[in-house]
Amino acid sequence: MQIKEIRVGVSSCGLAAGAQAVVDKLKQKTDVTVLGVGCIGHCYAEPLVEVVTADTAVLYGNVSDKDKDIDAVLSLAEEKRLDVRPARSEKENLKITGIIGKFEPTDIDAYMSFGGFEGLKKALAMPASDVVTEVKDSFLRGRGGGGFPTGVKWSLLANKEADEKVLICNADEGDPGAFMDRSLMESLPYQVLEGMLIAAHATAASKIFIYCRAEYPLAIKNVKIAIETIKARGLNVINGKGLDVQVKEGAGAFVCGEETALIHSLEGKRGMPRFRPPYPTDSGYLGLPSMISNVETFANVPIIIREGAAAYAAVGTEGGRGTKLFALAGDVKYPGLVEVPMGVTLAEIIYGIGGAEPGSVKAVQTGGPSGGCIPARLFDTPVDYDSLNSLGAIMGSGGLIVIGNNRCMVETARYFLDFTHRESCGKCTFCRVGAKRMFEALERITGGEGTAKDVTFLEEMGKKVKAGSLCGLGATAPNPVLATLRYFKEEFDAHVVDRQCPAMECAALSDVAIHKENCTECGLCIKNCAVNAISDDYIVDNRICTRCNSCIEACPQNTISRIPGGSGFSSSADSKEVG
Amino acid sequence: MISTFAYLEEIHPEKGNIIKGLQLIQQKEGYLSQEALDTCSDYFSVPPAEVEGVVTFYSQFKRVKPGKYRVSVCDGTACHIKGTPLILDWISTALGIDDGETDADGLFSLETVACLGCCSLAPVLSVNGEIFGNLNRKSTLKILKKFRRQG
Repeated sequence: MQIKEIRVGVSSCGLAAGAQAVVDKLKQKTDVTVLGVGCIGHCYAEPLVEVVTADTAVLYGNVSDKDKDIDAVLSLAEEKRLDVRPARSEKENLKITGIIGKFEPTDIDAYMSFGGFEGLKKALAMPASDVVTEVKDSFLRGRGGGGFPTGVKWSLLANKEADEKVLICNADEGDPGAFMDRSLMESLPYQVLEGMLIAAHATAASKIFIYCRAEYPLAIKNVKIAIETIKARGLNVINGKGLDVQVKEGAGAFVCGEETALIHSLEGKRGMPRFRPPYPTDSGYLGLPSMISNVETFANVPIIIREGAAAYAAVGTEGGRGTKLFALAGDVKYPGLVEVPMGVTLAEIIYGIGGAEPGSVKAVQTGGPSGGCIPARLFDTPVDYDSLNSLGAIMGSGGLIVIGNNRCMVETARYFLDFTHRESCGKCTFCRVGAKRMFEALERITGGEGTAKDVTFLEEMGKKVKAGSLCGLGATAPNPVLATLRYFKEEFDAHVVDRQCPAMECAALSDVAIHKENCTECGLCIKNCAVNAISDDYIVDNRICTRCNSCIEACPQNTISRIPGGSGFSSSADSKEVG
Repeated sequence: MISTFAYLEEIHPEKGNIIKGLQLIQQKEGYLSQEALDTCSDYFSVPPAEVEGVVTFYSQFKRVKPGKYRVSVCDGTACHIKGTPLILDWISTALGIDDGETDADGLFSLETVACLGCCSLAPVLSVNGEIFGNLNRKSTLKILKKFRRQG
């Protein structure tokens, strides 16, 4: 069969898996066009290669730059083929990301050949107020986590009389464990910009900022190229006015995802939130009326305009129309970027699409450090804004971290508080001090020194921090702890009452043991131990051991494991330097 | 302006651009020296205290010269539950430095970062921006060895 085109996924995760070498090797070996395309979504099988022939397209996964793999791809061999499992293909609805992976992300003509900028053309032919109405009628809600009706926000800005108005795209995806916005910017930069240009027409905005976190160099690069290209094509001229479009890089502050903090950061200040009102649509960047929306929200807009509000709103649930992107990661077999209609259940995403074995996972964390965990017994919950809120979690921006049975929920809660208390900007006392005290209580509990009083304290202080913080960071920081207390109280009790970590993850509550019966005395554990904690007769000295798991990983017989204990554990530097 | 930082002139000296200016200097020099802060204060007409305030607020800004190879271990949620603490432990033992430190030869520096966005390859780390995924102890130590050989 004649190969027409070969596409290799070269977004950040593809590149991390070695996709560039695959592209180079393919180019050496064939004269067929080899395209570096966006994120194909099946991140578990990177590098991904799609071979397009006259009548079909074949997807290959885990392709290395070895001759064997490259030849298999070029000969359309059976091996290495990646079949999208029905559990995934039946549930997915690729409204927003359907064209990802079909062309080079910065190729504007290719984007146009897939219907790109048709939405903008259609919108420009409509009166601005009709565009706002269309977005209102689509019932699109902010995809950054807040869930505020987008059309309402647009009308607030549109109704403002001002010479200059500002549109800001919030691409400060600081939520650890989320990568939807990164993928969109890397793979569909024109679609995001098209959404912003439509918004600029609808609201008569004159300036556009894209505030992107600096940790996403490829996203920044692709968006910058896209901006230069639309400027060169004159696509940034809306109603006779040339729009100023710029990228501003964040500098590593989670709180800058909050809109007033983001505006301060754009102004060159410390990114600290302020009291609202005035809302940004009244007084935002440099006092100008400003509107801030998330990357994914803007990426939805061209689709809404192109296919019409009614068709868009026909998908999803009452409380959440359209589709939602999820970054599925953690203890699942098939992590990746997933787009499903709102209302699909967690079970369908985690077991179906993610391929996790039912019974092997105990919870999923939604909404990152601002969200909460949902236990496996509630996985039948349909995913939309309201249903997740009612469980004490949030939809958030769309990060889904699946937590396996072998993980400690208390340690997970400690991790989130470690993150949020360090990211607190320090303005509000309850967030600055309260979150730190909560973190310390969690450190005591995971460190084997917690008491029942610490658990009560977490519950009480959590409520106070929520109530006493100005912005979303503080108001949601206790959520992971409170949700864990709600659904996994028994794990807290095990730590403080029985002095045991049920998952045997907490170093201070577990020991390492070599089970002699299967041991072949191969010596790999001794060789791999950095602190010489294993004696020549294969006994672990748990007073020296740092619980680094090196021996467990090294053992070919799987005969080393964690056991309850930990009384001899010392995390002090002195013991680490032994040997 | 101190001639070392003459490249700042490619940025318009409005106050809103100060973060951009600091980022440019850090990109070129690897860190922000006192001279860099003073230069930004003059160039963007922002009082020194405010510059200091901005620099200390954002975690991206480094006041200490980093090593030739900046090892950034991702501690995003997916990486964390897949073993970031262990990876940090292995690296810190291998290099003899803790999180936030640079080794005596100035070859390696070690830091944790919030999330590199490659969650499906967790756990990941990056060395000078190049990302390595699906780490275990062996592959982690191999990466360090590779860069040590390059010197």
